[in-house]
Amino acid sequence: MLKIKCPWCGERDQSEFSYGGEAHIVRPAEPDELGDEQWGDYLFFRTNTKGLHREQWVHSGGCRRWFNAVRDTVSYRFHGVYRHGEEGPGKDEPGSPS
Amino acid sequence: MSRYSIFSLARNALSYHENWGRAWRSPAPSREYDVVIVGAGGHGLATAYYLAREHNAGRIAVLEKGWLGGGNTGRNTTIVRSNYLWDEAALLYEKSLKLWEGLSQDLNYNVMFSQRGVMNLGHNLQDLRDIYRRCSANRLNGIDAEFLTPEDIKRKVPIMDTSPHTRYPVLGASFQPRGGVARHDAVAWGFARAADRLGVDIIQNCEVTGILREAGRVKGVQTSRGTILAPKVGVVVAGHCGVLAEMAGFRLPVESHPLQAFVSEPIKPVLHTVIMSNAVHGYVSQSDKGELVIGAGIDSYTGYGQRGSFNTIEGNVAAIVALFPMFSRVRMMRQWGGIVDTCPDACPIISKTPVEGLYFNCGWGTGGFKATPGSGWVFAHTIARDEPHALNAAFTIDRFHTGALIDEHGAAGVAH
Ligand SMILES: Cc1cc2nc3c(=O)[nH]c(=O)nc-3n(C[C@H](O)[C@H](O)[C@H](O)COP(=O)(O)OP(=O)(O)OC[C@H]3O[C@@H](n4cnc5c(N)ncnc54)[C@H](O)[C@@H]3O)c2cc1C
Ligand SMILES: [Zn+2]
Repeated sequence: MLKIKCPWCGERDQSEFSYGGEAHIVRPAEPDELGDEQWGDYLFFRTNTKGLHREQWVHSGGCRRWFNAVRDTVSYRFHGVYRHGEEGPGKDEPGSPS
Repeated sequence: MSRYSIFSLARNALSYHENWGRAWRSPAPSREYDVVIVGAGGHGLATAYYLAREHNAGRIAVLEKGWLGGGNTGRNTTIVRSNYLWDEAALLYEKSLKLWEGLSQDLNYNVMFSQRGVMNLGHNLQDLRDIYRRCSANRLNGIDAEFLTPEDIKRKVPIMDTSPHTRYPVLGASFQPRGGVARHDAVAWGFARAADRLGVDIIQNCEVTGILREAGRVKGVQTSRGTILAPKVGVVVAGHCGVLAEMAGFRLPVESHPLQAFVSEPIKPVLHTVIMSNAVHGYVSQSDKGELVIGAGIDSYTGYGQRGSFNTIEGNVAAIVALFPMFSRVRMMRQWGGIVDTCPDACPIISKTPVEGLYFNCGWGTGGFKATPGSGWVFAHTIARDEPHALNAAFTIDRFHTGALIDEHGAAGVAH
Protein backbone atom coordinates (compact mmCIF):
# COMPACT_ATOMS: atom_id res chain seq x y z
CA MET A 1 0.00 0.00 0.00
CA LEU A 2 1.20 3.51 -0.76
CA LYS A 3 1.89 5.97 2.04
CA ILE A 4 0.57 9.44 1.28
CA LYS A 5 1.49 12.56 3.16
CA CYS A 6 -1.55 14.74 3.75
CA PRO A 7 -0.35 18.38 4.01
CA TRP A 8 -2.46 18.73 7.18
CA CYS A 9 -2.34 15.31 8.88
CA GLY A 10 0.98 13.87 7.77
CA GLU A 11 1.69 10.42 6.45
CA ARG A 12 -1.22 7.95 6.31
CA ASP A 13 -2.17 4.78 4.43
CA GLN A 14 -3.44 5.16 0.89
CA SER A 15 -6.77 3.56 1.88
CA GLU A 16 -7.66 6.80 3.72
CA PHE A 17 -7.46 8.80 0.50
CA SER A 18 -9.42 9.12 -2.74
CA TYR A 19 -8.01 10.09 -6.09
CA GLY A 20 -9.26 13.22 -7.82
CA GLY A 21 -7.60 13.10 -11.24
CA GLU A 22 -5.31 15.52 -13.08
CA ALA A 23 -4.66 18.81 -11.27
CA HIS A 24 -4.68 22.39 -12.59
CA ILE A 25 -7.54 21.92 -15.04
CA VAL A 26 -9.11 25.35 -14.87
CA ARG A 27 -12.87 25.65 -15.10
CA PRO A 28 -13.71 27.87 -18.09
CA ALA A 29 -14.19 31.47 -16.95
CA GLU A 30 -16.74 32.24 -19.68
CA PRO A 31 -18.74 29.02 -20.14
CA ASP A 32 -21.15 30.63 -22.61
CA GLU A 33 -18.31 31.51 -24.96
CA LEU A 34 -17.13 27.93 -25.29
CA GLY A 35 -17.76 25.76 -28.35
CA ASP A 36 -18.32 21.98 -28.29
CA GLU A 37 -14.69 21.32 -29.03
CA GLN A 38 -13.45 23.30 -26.04
CA TRP A 39 -16.10 21.83 -23.73
CA GLY A 40 -15.08 18.33 -24.85
CA ASP A 41 -11.43 19.12 -24.19
CA TYR A 42 -12.21 20.50 -20.75
CA LEU A 43 -14.44 17.58 -19.74
CA PHE A 44 -12.80 14.55 -21.26
CA PHE A 45 -9.29 15.06 -22.64
CA ARG A 46 -6.36 14.49 -20.28
CA THR A 47 -2.57 14.43 -20.48
CA ASN A 48 -2.45 10.84 -19.15
CA THR A 49 1.21 11.47 -18.37
CA LYS A 50 3.70 8.63 -18.14
CA GLY A 51 6.15 10.02 -15.60
CA LEU A 52 5.73 12.90 -13.13
CA HIS A 53 2.06 13.79 -12.93
CA ARG A 54 0.37 16.64 -11.05
CA GLU A 55 -2.86 15.34 -9.57
CA GLN A 56 -5.48 15.87 -6.89
CA TRP A 57 -6.13 13.74 -3.83
CA VAL A 58 -8.61 14.10 -0.99
CA HIS A 59 -8.06 12.78 2.52
CA SER A 60 -11.57 11.34 2.57
CA GLY A 61 -11.03 9.08 5.57
CA GLY A 62 -9.33 11.83 7.55
CA CYS A 63 -9.52 15.62 7.47
CA ARG A 64 -11.51 15.48 4.19
CA ARG A 65 -9.40 18.20 2.61
CA TRP A 66 -8.20 18.33 -0.98
CA PHE A 67 -4.58 18.84 -2.00
CA ASN A 68 -2.27 18.39 -4.96
CA ALA A 69 0.54 15.92 -5.38
CA VAL A 70 3.35 15.23 -7.81
CA ARG A 71 3.55 11.48 -8.36
CA ASP A 72 5.54 9.32 -10.74
CA THR A 73 2.95 7.25 -12.64
CA VAL A 74 5.50 4.52 -13.39
CA SER A 75 7.06 3.94 -9.95
CA TYR A 76 3.99 5.42 -8.14
CA ARG A 77 6.44 7.28 -5.86
CA PHE A 78 5.20 10.62 -4.49
CA HIS A 79 7.59 13.49 -5.18
CA GLY A 80 5.78 16.03 -3.06
CA VAL A 81 2.40 17.35 -1.96
CA TYR A 82 1.16 20.91 -1.81
CA ARG A 83 -1.99 22.73 -0.76
CA HIS A 84 -4.28 24.39 -3.27
CA GLY A 85 -3.04 27.85 -4.05
CA GLU A 86 0.55 26.91 -3.27
CA GLU A 87 3.16 26.81 -5.98
CA GLY A 88 4.25 23.23 -5.45
CA PRO A 89 7.56 21.93 -6.73
CA GLY A 90 9.41 24.46 -8.87
CA LYS A 91 8.01 25.59 -12.21
CA ASP A 92 11.01 24.30 -14.10
CA GLU A 93 10.80 20.79 -12.78
CA PRO A 94 9.21 18.07 -14.86
CA GLY A 95 5.49 17.78 -14.38
CA SER A 96 5.08 21.42 -13.50
CA PRO A 97 1.78 22.96 -14.59
CA SER A 98 1.95 24.64 -17.97
CA MET B 1 4.77 -23.88 -42.34
CA SER B 2 2.62 -26.96 -41.81
CA ARG B 3 -1.01 -27.03 -40.81
CA TYR B 4 -1.83 -28.38 -37.39
CA SER B 5 -3.98 -31.52 -37.66
CA ILE B 6 -4.38 -34.99 -36.27
CA PHE B 7 -1.91 -36.14 -38.95
CA SER B 8 0.77 -33.59 -38.07
CA LEU B 9 0.30 -34.58 -34.44
CA ALA B 10 0.82 -38.26 -35.26
CA ARG B 11 3.78 -37.52 -37.53
CA ASN B 12 5.49 -35.43 -34.86
CA ALA B 13 4.79 -38.04 -32.22
CA LEU B 14 7.13 -40.35 -34.16
CA SER B 15 10.02 -37.99 -33.40
CA TYR B 16 8.93 -37.38 -29.81
CA HIS B 17 7.58 -33.90 -30.66
CA GLU B 18 11.13 -32.57 -30.97
CA ASN B 19 10.81 -31.36 -34.56
CA TRP B 20 7.82 -29.05 -34.62
CA GLY B 21 8.57 -26.04 -36.81
CA ARG B 22 8.53 -22.52 -35.44
CA ALA B 23 5.03 -21.02 -35.25
CA TRP B 24 6.15 -17.71 -36.79
CA ARG B 25 9.29 -16.18 -38.31
CA SER B 26 11.40 -13.53 -36.64
CA PRO B 27 12.28 -11.22 -39.53
CA ALA B 28 14.45 -8.13 -39.46
CA PRO B 29 12.38 -5.02 -40.19
CA SER B 30 12.28 -3.79 -43.80
CA ARG B 31 12.79 -0.10 -44.49
CA GLU B 32 9.28 0.32 -45.77
CA TYR B 33 5.81 -1.24 -45.50
CA ASP B 34 2.35 -0.47 -46.83
CA VAL B 35 0.88 -0.69 -43.33
CA VAL B 36 2.59 -0.63 -39.95
CA ILE B 37 0.66 -1.79 -36.88
CA VAL B 38 2.08 -0.68 -33.53
CA GLY B 39 1.49 -3.17 -30.69
CA ALA B 40 1.45 -6.96 -30.96
CA GLY B 41 -1.32 -7.61 -28.48
CA GLY B 42 -4.31 -9.63 -29.62
CA HIS B 43 -5.92 -6.57 -31.20
CA GLY B 44 -2.84 -5.57 -33.22
CA LEU B 45 -2.22 -9.11 -34.42
CA ALA B 46 -5.89 -9.62 -35.31
CA THR B 47 -5.81 -6.34 -37.24
CA ALA B 48 -2.78 -7.49 -39.24
CA TYR B 49 -4.36 -10.89 -39.89
CA TYR B 50 -7.62 -9.45 -41.25
CA LEU B 51 -5.73 -6.77 -43.22
CA ALA B 52 -3.87 -9.54 -45.01
CA ARG B 53 -6.79 -11.95 -45.31
CA GLU B 54 -9.71 -9.66 -46.08
CA HIS B 55 -8.13 -6.59 -47.64
CA ASN B 56 -4.98 -7.64 -49.48
CA ALA B 57 -3.26 -4.71 -47.83
CA GLY B 58 0.24 -5.40 -49.20
CA ARG B 59 3.34 -5.50 -47.01
CA ILE B 60 2.33 -5.40 -43.35
CA ALA B 61 4.47 -5.22 -40.22
CA VAL B 62 3.46 -5.46 -36.56
CA LEU B 63 5.94 -3.74 -34.23
CA GLU B 64 6.07 -4.77 -30.59
CA LYS B 65 8.26 -3.19 -27.93
CA GLY B 66 8.39 -6.34 -25.80
CA TRP B 67 7.20 -9.82 -26.69
CA LEU B 68 3.93 -10.50 -28.48
CA GLY B 69 0.99 -11.02 -26.14
CA GLY B 70 2.96 -9.68 -23.16
CA GLY B 71 0.60 -6.76 -22.53
CA ASN B 72 -3.01 -6.94 -21.38
CA THR B 73 -3.67 -9.80 -23.80
CA GLY B 74 -1.57 -12.11 -21.63
CA ARG B 75 -2.73 -10.59 -18.35
CA ASN B 76 -6.49 -10.60 -18.51
CA THR B 77 -9.14 -12.87 -17.01
CA THR B 78 -10.41 -13.88 -20.48
CA ILE B 79 -14.13 -13.30 -20.07
CA VAL B 80 -15.93 -13.21 -23.42
CA ARG B 81 -19.53 -12.00 -23.80
CA SER B 82 -21.59 -9.58 -25.86
CA ASN B 83 -24.43 -8.56 -23.53
CA TYR B 84 -23.88 -4.79 -23.75
CA LEU B 85 -26.77 -2.36 -23.44
CA TRP B 86 -26.59 0.05 -26.35
CA ASP B 87 -26.97 -1.02 -30.00
CA GLU B 88 -23.57 0.31 -31.09
CA ALA B 89 -21.66 -1.59 -28.43
CA ALA B 90 -23.83 -4.71 -28.48
CA LEU B 91 -23.48 -5.15 -32.25
CA LEU B 92 -19.71 -4.65 -32.14
CA TYR B 93 -19.20 -7.18 -29.33
CA GLU B 94 -21.67 -9.58 -30.95
CA LYS B 95 -19.71 -9.47 -34.22
CA SER B 96 -16.69 -10.40 -32.14
CA LEU B 97 -18.52 -13.24 -30.40
CA LYS B 98 -19.56 -14.64 -33.78
CA LEU B 99 -15.92 -14.57 -34.89
CA TRP B 100 -14.91 -16.31 -31.64
CA GLU B 101 -17.31 -19.12 -32.45
CA GLY B 102 -15.28 -20.09 -35.52
CA LEU B 103 -11.88 -18.77 -34.49
CA SER B 104 -10.01 -22.02 -33.74
CA GLN B 105 -10.94 -23.32 -37.21
CA ASP B 106 -10.18 -19.99 -38.91
CA LEU B 107 -6.74 -19.75 -37.34
CA ASN B 108 -5.98 -23.49 -37.34
CA TYR B 109 -5.06 -22.95 -33.70
CA ASN B 110 -6.94 -24.07 -30.62
CA VAL B 111 -7.82 -20.91 -28.70
CA MET B 112 -9.75 -23.05 -26.21
CA PHE B 113 -12.87 -20.91 -26.52
CA SER B 114 -15.25 -22.41 -24.01
CA GLN B 115 -18.88 -21.22 -24.08
CA ARG B 116 -19.66 -22.01 -20.48
CA GLY B 117 -21.93 -19.00 -19.99
CA VAL B 118 -21.49 -15.71 -18.18
CA MET B 119 -23.62 -14.68 -15.21
CA ASN B 120 -23.91 -11.04 -14.10
CA LEU B 121 -25.31 -10.82 -10.57
CA GLY B 122 -27.71 -8.22 -9.19
CA HIS B 123 -27.71 -7.34 -5.51
CA ASN B 124 -30.35 -4.65 -5.17
CA LEU B 125 -33.53 -3.44 -6.79
CA GLN B 126 -31.81 -1.04 -9.16
CA ASP B 127 -29.39 -3.77 -10.27
CA LEU B 128 -32.39 -5.95 -11.13
CA ARG B 129 -34.11 -3.21 -13.12
CA ASP B 130 -30.89 -2.64 -15.05
CA ILE B 131 -30.49 -6.36 -15.67
CA TYR B 132 -34.08 -6.69 -16.96
CA ARG B 133 -33.53 -3.72 -19.22
CA ARG B 134 -30.23 -5.04 -20.52
CA CYS B 135 -31.63 -8.56 -21.14
CA SER B 136 -34.51 -7.06 -23.10
CA ALA B 137 -32.21 -4.82 -25.12
CA ASN B 138 -29.96 -7.79 -25.85
CA ARG B 139 -32.85 -9.91 -27.12
CA LEU B 140 -34.03 -7.11 -29.40
CA ASN B 141 -30.52 -7.17 -30.87
CA GLY B 142 -30.64 -10.94 -31.36
CA ILE B 143 -28.22 -11.60 -28.51
CA ASP B 144 -28.91 -14.48 -26.14
CA ALA B 145 -29.90 -13.31 -22.67
CA GLU B 146 -31.80 -14.96 -19.84
CA PHE B 147 -32.98 -13.69 -16.50
CA LEU B 148 -32.20 -15.94 -13.55
CA THR B 149 -33.90 -15.94 -10.15
CA PRO B 150 -31.90 -16.76 -6.99
CA GLU B 151 -33.32 -20.32 -7.20
CA ASP B 152 -32.08 -20.69 -10.81
CA ILE B 153 -28.68 -19.39 -9.71
CA LYS B 154 -28.48 -21.79 -6.78
CA ARG B 155 -29.30 -24.71 -9.11
CA LYS B 156 -26.56 -23.70 -11.55
CA VAL B 157 -23.95 -22.71 -8.97
CA PRO B 158 -24.64 -24.56 -5.71
CA ILE B 159 -21.48 -23.24 -4.02
CA MET B 160 -22.65 -19.62 -4.17
CA ASP B 161 -24.15 -18.11 -1.03
CA THR B 162 -27.58 -16.98 -2.25
CA SER B 163 -29.13 -16.71 1.20
CA PRO B 164 -31.03 -13.49 1.92
CA HIS B 165 -28.94 -12.81 5.02
CA THR B 166 -25.71 -11.65 3.40
CA ARG B 167 -24.65 -8.01 3.33
CA TYR B 168 -25.27 -7.87 -0.46
CA PRO B 169 -27.84 -10.62 -1.13
CA VAL B 170 -27.97 -12.16 -4.59
CA LEU B 171 -31.39 -11.18 -5.96
CA GLY B 172 -31.07 -12.31 -9.57
CA ALA B 173 -28.75 -12.37 -12.55
CA SER B 174 -28.51 -12.07 -16.28
CA PHE B 175 -27.09 -15.09 -18.05
CA GLN B 176 -25.56 -15.24 -21.51
CA PRO B 177 -25.13 -18.94 -22.40
CA ARG B 178 -22.89 -18.20 -25.43
CA GLY B 179 -20.42 -16.24 -23.31
CA GLY B 180 -17.43 -17.89 -21.72
CA VAL B 181 -13.66 -17.85 -21.61
CA ALA B 182 -10.73 -18.51 -23.96
CA ARG B 183 -7.02 -19.14 -23.55
CA HIS B 184 -5.47 -15.66 -23.79
CA ASP B 185 -1.94 -16.70 -24.84
CA ALA B 186 -3.35 -18.96 -27.52
CA VAL B 187 -5.30 -16.05 -28.96
CA ALA B 188 -2.11 -14.01 -29.39
CA TRP B 189 -0.16 -16.99 -30.69
CA GLY B 190 -2.93 -18.14 -33.03
CA PHE B 191 -3.34 -14.71 -34.63
CA ALA B 192 0.45 -14.29 -34.81
CA ARG B 193 0.94 -17.63 -36.55
CA ALA B 194 -1.96 -17.09 -38.95
CA ALA B 195 -0.82 -13.55 -39.81
CA ASP B 196 2.75 -14.73 -40.30
CA ARG B 197 1.53 -17.41 -42.72
CA LEU B 198 -0.06 -14.65 -44.79
CA GLY B 199 3.28 -12.83 -44.97
CA VAL B 200 2.92 -10.35 -42.11
CA ASP B 201 6.27 -9.44 -40.48
CA ILE B 202 5.96 -9.57 -36.69
CA ILE B 203 8.89 -7.67 -35.22
CA GLN B 204 9.39 -8.03 -31.48
CA ASN B 205 11.72 -5.99 -29.26
CA CYS B 206 11.04 -3.02 -31.51
CA GLU B 207 9.72 -0.01 -29.61
CA VAL B 208 8.12 2.85 -31.50
CA THR B 209 9.67 6.08 -30.21
CA GLY B 210 8.32 8.62 -32.67
CA ILE B 211 5.68 9.11 -35.35
CA LEU B 212 6.99 10.69 -38.54
CA ARG B 213 4.66 13.25 -40.07
CA GLU B 214 4.79 15.66 -42.97
CA ALA B 215 2.14 18.22 -43.87
CA GLY B 216 -0.46 16.58 -41.65
CA ARG B 217 0.18 13.09 -43.05
CA VAL B 218 1.89 10.15 -41.42
CA LYS B 219 5.17 9.07 -43.05
CA GLY B 220 6.25 6.21 -40.84
CA VAL B 221 7.65 5.55 -37.39
CA GLN B 222 10.90 5.90 -35.53
CA THR B 223 11.78 2.76 -33.62
CA SER B 224 14.51 1.33 -31.43
CA ARG B 225 15.50 -0.61 -34.55
CA GLY B 226 15.62 2.31 -36.96
CA THR B 227 13.20 4.28 -39.07
CA ILE B 228 10.40 2.38 -40.78
CA LEU B 229 8.40 4.14 -43.46
CA ALA B 230 4.72 3.54 -44.14
CA PRO B 231 1.85 5.58 -45.59
CA LYS B 232 -0.53 4.04 -43.05
CA VAL B 233 0.07 3.42 -39.36
CA GLY B 234 -2.42 1.75 -37.00
CA VAL B 235 -1.73 2.20 -33.28
CA VAL B 236 -3.12 -0.48 -30.91
CA VAL B 237 -1.09 -0.14 -27.72
CA ALA B 238 -3.78 -0.25 -25.01
CA GLY B 239 -2.43 1.49 -21.85
CA HIS B 240 0.25 3.30 -23.84
CA CYS B 241 -2.12 5.01 -26.31
CA GLY B 242 -1.61 8.36 -24.57
CA VAL B 243 2.15 8.09 -25.00
CA LEU B 244 1.79 7.36 -28.72
CA ALA B 245 -0.81 10.13 -29.14
CA GLU B 246 1.65 12.58 -27.61
CA MET B 247 4.24 11.49 -30.18
CA ALA B 248 1.71 12.36 -32.88
CA GLY B 249 0.84 15.70 -31.31
CA PHE B 250 -2.68 15.22 -29.94
CA ARG B 251 -4.42 14.18 -26.73
CA LEU B 252 -6.98 11.44 -26.10
CA PRO B 253 -9.96 11.23 -23.74
CA VAL B 254 -8.29 8.21 -22.16
CA GLU B 255 -6.59 7.57 -18.84
CA SER B 256 -4.42 4.57 -18.02
CA HIS B 257 -4.98 2.70 -14.76
CA PRO B 258 -3.57 -0.41 -13.13
CA LEU B 259 -5.89 -3.42 -13.19
CA GLN B 260 -5.07 -6.55 -11.22
CA ALA B 261 -5.92 -10.23 -11.28
CA PHE B 262 -4.81 -13.37 -9.51
CA VAL B 263 -5.14 -17.14 -9.69
CA SER B 264 -5.40 -19.80 -7.01
CA GLU B 265 -3.79 -23.18 -6.71
CA PRO B 266 -5.61 -25.73 -8.91
CA ILE B 267 -8.59 -27.37 -7.26
CA LYS B 268 -11.17 -29.90 -8.45
CA PRO B 269 -13.95 -28.59 -10.71
CA VAL B 270 -16.35 -26.52 -8.61
CA LEU B 271 -17.37 -23.68 -10.89
CA HIS B 272 -18.47 -24.39 -14.46
CA THR B 273 -19.57 -20.90 -15.51
CA VAL B 274 -18.30 -17.33 -15.22
CA ILE B 275 -19.60 -15.21 -12.33
CA MET B 276 -19.41 -11.44 -12.35
CA SER B 277 -20.73 -8.86 -9.93
CA ASN B 278 -20.54 -5.13 -10.49
CA ALA B 279 -21.87 -4.25 -7.08
CA VAL B 280 -19.37 -6.15 -4.97
CA HIS B 281 -16.64 -5.73 -7.60
CA GLY B 282 -15.38 -9.14 -8.42
CA TYR B 283 -15.47 -11.80 -11.08
CA VAL B 284 -14.34 -15.37 -11.07
CA SER B 285 -14.13 -18.43 -13.28
CA GLN B 286 -12.26 -21.71 -13.05
CA SER B 287 -9.63 -22.50 -15.65
CA ASP B 288 -9.40 -25.90 -17.32
CA LYS B 289 -6.36 -26.55 -15.12
CA GLY B 290 -8.53 -25.99 -12.04
CA GLU B 291 -7.24 -22.59 -10.93
CA LEU B 292 -9.72 -19.98 -9.82
CA VAL B 293 -9.15 -16.93 -12.01
CA ILE B 294 -10.17 -13.78 -10.13
CA GLY B 295 -10.17 -10.19 -11.30
CA ALA B 296 -10.35 -6.96 -9.33
CA GLY B 297 -11.45 -3.41 -10.14
CA ILE B 298 -9.06 -0.75 -11.38
CA ASP B 299 -6.96 1.26 -8.99
CA SER B 300 -8.41 4.75 -8.88
CA TYR B 301 -5.12 6.51 -9.67
CA THR B 302 -3.53 6.57 -13.10
CA GLY B 303 -0.55 4.30 -13.50
CA TYR B 304 1.79 2.69 -15.98
CA GLY B 305 3.40 0.29 -13.51
CA GLN B 306 1.69 -3.05 -14.35
CA ARG B 307 0.92 -3.45 -10.66
CA GLY B 308 -1.68 -2.04 -8.33
CA SER B 309 -2.45 -1.53 -4.66
CA PHE B 310 -2.92 -4.22 -2.10
CA ASN B 311 -6.09 -2.70 -0.67
CA THR B 312 -7.77 -3.12 -4.07
CA ILE B 313 -7.08 -6.84 -3.93
CA GLU B 314 -8.18 -7.01 -0.33
CA GLY B 315 -11.60 -5.58 -1.19
CA ASN B 316 -11.84 -7.92 -4.14
CA VAL B 317 -11.02 -11.02 -2.09
CA ALA B 318 -13.57 -10.00 0.54
CA ALA B 319 -16.27 -9.83 -2.15
CA ILE B 320 -15.36 -13.21 -3.63
CA VAL B 321 -15.27 -14.91 -0.22
CA ALA B 322 -18.63 -13.42 0.69
CA LEU B 323 -20.12 -14.93 -2.49
CA PHE B 324 -18.23 -18.23 -2.17
CA PRO B 325 -17.49 -18.94 1.50
CA MET B 326 -15.76 -22.23 0.58
CA PHE B 327 -13.03 -20.29 -1.27
CA SER B 328 -11.81 -18.72 1.96
CA ARG B 329 -9.18 -21.41 2.46
CA VAL B 330 -7.95 -21.61 -1.14
CA ARG B 331 -4.38 -20.38 -1.52
CA MET B 332 -3.55 -17.82 -4.17
CA MET B 333 -0.57 -18.63 -6.37
CA ARG B 334 0.11 -15.63 -8.56
CA GLN B 335 -0.98 -12.02 -8.77
CA TRP B 336 -0.21 -9.43 -11.44
CA GLY B 337 -1.41 -6.24 -13.08
CA GLY B 338 -1.92 -4.71 -16.50
CA ILE B 339 -2.32 -1.13 -17.71
CA VAL B 340 -5.83 -0.49 -18.93
CA ASP B 341 -6.88 2.43 -21.12
CA THR B 342 -10.20 3.67 -19.77
CA CYS B 343 -12.56 5.98 -21.68
CA PRO B 344 -15.10 8.25 -19.98
CA ASP B 345 -18.02 6.30 -21.53
CA ALA B 346 -16.48 2.82 -21.05
CA CYS B 347 -16.43 2.29 -24.82
CA PRO B 348 -13.46 2.03 -27.17
CA ILE B 349 -12.09 4.44 -29.75
CA ILE B 350 -11.54 2.87 -33.19
CA SER B 351 -10.96 5.89 -35.27
CA LYS B 352 -9.17 8.09 -37.72
CA THR B 353 -7.11 10.82 -36.04
CA PRO B 354 -6.13 14.44 -36.74
CA VAL B 355 -3.13 13.00 -38.64
CA GLU B 356 -4.00 11.58 -42.04
CA GLY B 357 -3.10 7.92 -42.48
CA LEU B 358 -2.77 7.48 -38.72
CA TYR B 359 -5.43 5.36 -36.99
CA PHE B 360 -5.96 4.65 -33.30
CA ASN B 361 -7.66 1.67 -31.69
CA CYS B 362 -7.74 2.11 -27.90
CA GLY B 363 -9.88 2.83 -24.87
CA TRP B 364 -10.96 -0.80 -24.42
CA GLY B 365 -10.11 -0.38 -20.76
CA THR B 366 -11.01 -3.33 -18.62
CA GLY B 367 -12.94 -5.26 -21.24
CA GLY B 368 -11.26 -5.56 -24.60
CA PHE B 369 -10.14 -9.18 -24.65
CA LYS B 370 -13.62 -10.34 -25.66
CA ALA B 371 -13.46 -7.92 -28.58
CA THR B 372 -10.12 -9.12 -29.96
CA PRO B 373 -11.33 -10.64 -33.24
CA GLY B 374 -14.07 -8.06 -33.82
CA SER B 375 -11.75 -5.16 -33.05
CA GLY B 376 -9.22 -6.50 -35.54
CA TRP B 377 -11.96 -6.98 -38.12
CA VAL B 378 -13.28 -3.42 -38.02
CA PHE B 379 -9.88 -1.78 -37.52
CA ALA B 380 -8.48 -3.60 -40.56
CA HIS B 381 -11.43 -2.27 -42.55
CA THR B 382 -10.90 1.26 -41.22
CA ILE B 383 -7.23 1.24 -42.19
CA ALA B 384 -7.64 -0.44 -45.58
CA ARG B 385 -10.55 1.75 -46.73
CA ASP B 386 -9.62 4.89 -44.85
CA GLU B 387 -13.16 4.93 -43.50
CA PRO B 388 -14.83 3.10 -40.62
CA HIS B 389 -16.78 -0.13 -40.93
CA ALA B 390 -20.50 0.30 -40.14
CA LEU B 391 -19.85 -1.42 -36.80
CA ASN B 392 -17.26 1.09 -35.58
CA ALA B 393 -18.60 4.26 -37.22
CA ALA B 394 -19.86 5.51 -33.84
CA PHE B 395 -16.59 4.88 -32.01
CA THR B 396 -14.70 7.99 -33.10
CA ILE B 397 -12.49 10.27 -31.04
CA ASP B 398 -14.84 12.97 -32.22
CA ARG B 399 -17.74 11.72 -30.12
CA PHE B 400 -16.12 13.43 -27.12
CA HIS B 401 -16.60 16.72 -28.92
CA THR B 402 -20.05 16.12 -30.41
CA GLY B 403 -21.37 14.58 -27.19
CA ALA B 404 -22.56 11.35 -28.87
CA LEU B 405 -21.19 9.17 -26.07
CA ILE B 406 -22.11 5.51 -25.76
CA ASP B 407 -22.50 5.07 -22.04
CA GLU B 408 -21.75 1.45 -21.21
CA HIS B 409 -20.86 1.89 -17.56
CA GLY B 410 -23.80 -0.33 -16.64
CA ALA B 411 -22.72 -3.26 -18.79
CA ALA B 412 -18.99 -2.67 -18.57
CA GLY B 413 -19.17 -1.46 -14.97
CA VAL B 414 -16.69 -3.58 -13.14
CA ALA B 415 -13.43 -4.55 -14.74
CA HIS B 416 -13.75 -7.26 -17.38
C1 LIG C 1 -6.13 -7.86 -15.07
C2 LIG C 1 -6.94 -7.66 -16.31
C3 LIG C 1 -8.12 -8.38 -16.50
C4 LIG C 1 -8.87 -8.22 -17.66
N1 LIG C 1 -9.97 -9.02 -17.83
C5 LIG C 1 -10.65 -8.97 -19.00
C6 LIG C 1 -11.72 -9.89 -19.25
O1 LIG C 1 -12.04 -10.75 -18.42
N2 LIG C 1 -12.40 -9.79 -20.43
C7 LIG C 1 -12.07 -8.85 -21.36
O2 LIG C 1 -12.75 -8.79 -22.39
N3 LIG C 1 -11.04 -7.98 -21.16
C8 LIG C 1 -10.32 -8.03 -20.01
N4 LIG C 1 -9.26 -7.16 -19.81
C9 LIG C 1 -8.97 -6.13 -20.82
C10 LIG C 1 -8.17 -6.71 -21.97
O3 LIG C 1 -7.06 -7.42 -21.48
C11 LIG C 1 -7.68 -5.61 -22.91
O4 LIG C 1 -8.72 -4.71 -23.24
C12 LIG C 1 -7.16 -6.20 -24.20
O5 LIG C 1 -6.33 -7.31 -23.97
C13 LIG C 1 -6.41 -5.15 -24.99
O6 LIG C 1 -5.75 -5.78 -26.05
P1 LIG C 1 -4.65 -5.05 -26.85
O7 LIG C 1 -4.15 -5.99 -27.88
O8 LIG C 1 -5.19 -3.74 -27.29
O9 LIG C 1 -3.57 -4.69 -25.74
P2 LIG C 1 -2.19 -5.35 -25.27
O10 LIG C 1 -2.24 -6.82 -25.21
O11 LIG C 1 -1.81 -4.61 -24.03
O12 LIG C 1 -1.23 -4.98 -26.46
C14 LIG C 1 -0.63 -3.72 -26.63
C15 LIG C 1 0.80 -3.95 -27.00
O13 LIG C 1 1.39 -2.72 -27.40
C16 LIG C 1 2.74 -2.76 -27.02
N5 LIG C 1 3.30 -1.40 -27.02
C17 LIG C 1 3.06 -0.39 -26.16
N6 LIG C 1 3.79 0.70 -26.47
C18 LIG C 1 4.51 0.38 -27.58
C19 LIG C 1 5.46 1.08 -28.38
N7 LIG C 1 5.82 2.35 -28.11
N8 LIG C 1 6.01 0.44 -29.44
C20 LIG C 1 5.67 -0.86 -29.73
N9 LIG C 1 4.78 -1.56 -29.00
C21 LIG C 1 4.20 -0.96 -27.93
C22 LIG C 1 2.70 -3.39 -25.64
O14 LIG C 1 3.95 -3.93 -25.29
C23 LIG C 1 1.62 -4.47 -25.83
O15 LIG C 1 2.14 -5.75 -26.14
C24 LIG C 1 -8.48 -7.29 -18.66
C25 LIG C 1 -7.30 -6.56 -18.48
C26 LIG C 1 -6.52 -6.75 -17.34
C27 LIG C 1 -5.24 -5.99 -17.17
ZN1 LIG D 1 -5.65 15.06 6.16
